[in-house]
Amino acid sequence: MTFGVLVFPGSNCDHDAYHALKHIHGINTSFIWHKESEIGNVDGVIIPGGFSYGDYLRSGAIARFSPVMNAVARFAEKGGPILGICNGFQILLEARLLPGTMMANEQLRFTCKFVNLVCQNRDTPFTSSIPDEMVLRIPVAHGEGNYYADSELLKKLEDANQVVFRYCDADGNITSEANPNGSVGNIAGICNEKGNVVGMMPHPERAVEPGLGSDHGRYLFDSTLSRIITAL
Amino acid sequence: MQVDIVITLRESILDPKGKASHHALENLGFRNISSVRIGKFIQIDIDTDNPEEAREIATEACEKLLANTVMENYEIRIPDTSS
Repeated sequence: MTFGVLVFPGSNCDHDAYHALKHIHGINTSFIWHKESEIGNVDGVIIPGGFSYGDYLRSGAIARFSPVMNAVARFAEKGGPILGICNGFQILLEARLLPGTMMANEQLRFTCKFVNLVCQNRDTPFTSSIPDEMVLRIPVAHGEGNYYADSELLKKLEDANQVVFRYCDADGNITSEANPNGSVGNIAGICNEKGNVVGMMPHPERAVEPGLGSDHGRYLFDSTLSRIITAL
Repeated sequence: MQVDIVITLRESILDPKGKASHHALENLGFRNISSVRIGKFIQIDIDTDNPEEAREIATEACEKLLANTVMENYEIRIPDTSS
């Protein structure tokens, strides 16, 4: 099994994602430069966090036109597993591979801290191994993570079970106090209709070893492993 | 031809930067300012003298990249060349 981690000018969580995949999970992993027009023979793609193109214009707005994104769109169409983390989520939104948009945090501050998450859709390549009822402790680090969908889209997402993660308190209650950025419905992560493309603001790759404060991020990468191994 | 583009957040969308600036203006004693909305101003130069063609190109640029039409409105201002 091989994973590709995209690298844009300004990506800064690419090495963390590489470390999580390769050294923690033993997955063969390679970097893919944004100017590549093909992603090669990979079984999954991570679009990592950072500040692609310095967040100029809007977060992710310019990165979505990098040549590699055409290959990513084709991979998504074929059902390939894609996880966009933080800026990677913003890029997926700008590329319209996921619906909705991202705004500045309600409190107007860059927020870097551990949050609690409930998973509401385990039928994706990145969530199938998350234990039932588990509250995940994973950090966020963003200034523009305020997910917005109008009421029509929100209903559609909820009806189609496309809300993957919501911010919650330590006991799993979805409260406004537990919302770190003002996201509508406490939404922290969503998927596309087919479920193979997932975007999330929290950073699972930063929570893969107890020394980092949490290893709950491992469940996401474990999900990928078990899913792909089962398919082989 | 120089074309000006003004991008604003849609009315229905909360503008936290505008809100914070409004609050600061109130603290400074501005009592008559009832709201502040913050957007972007973009100037582009287009190689044409035809205002209609310029508008077409600017519209395409806004739709494809400059504005995120999910949350933003854009207004294209073409200089008046009739006089």
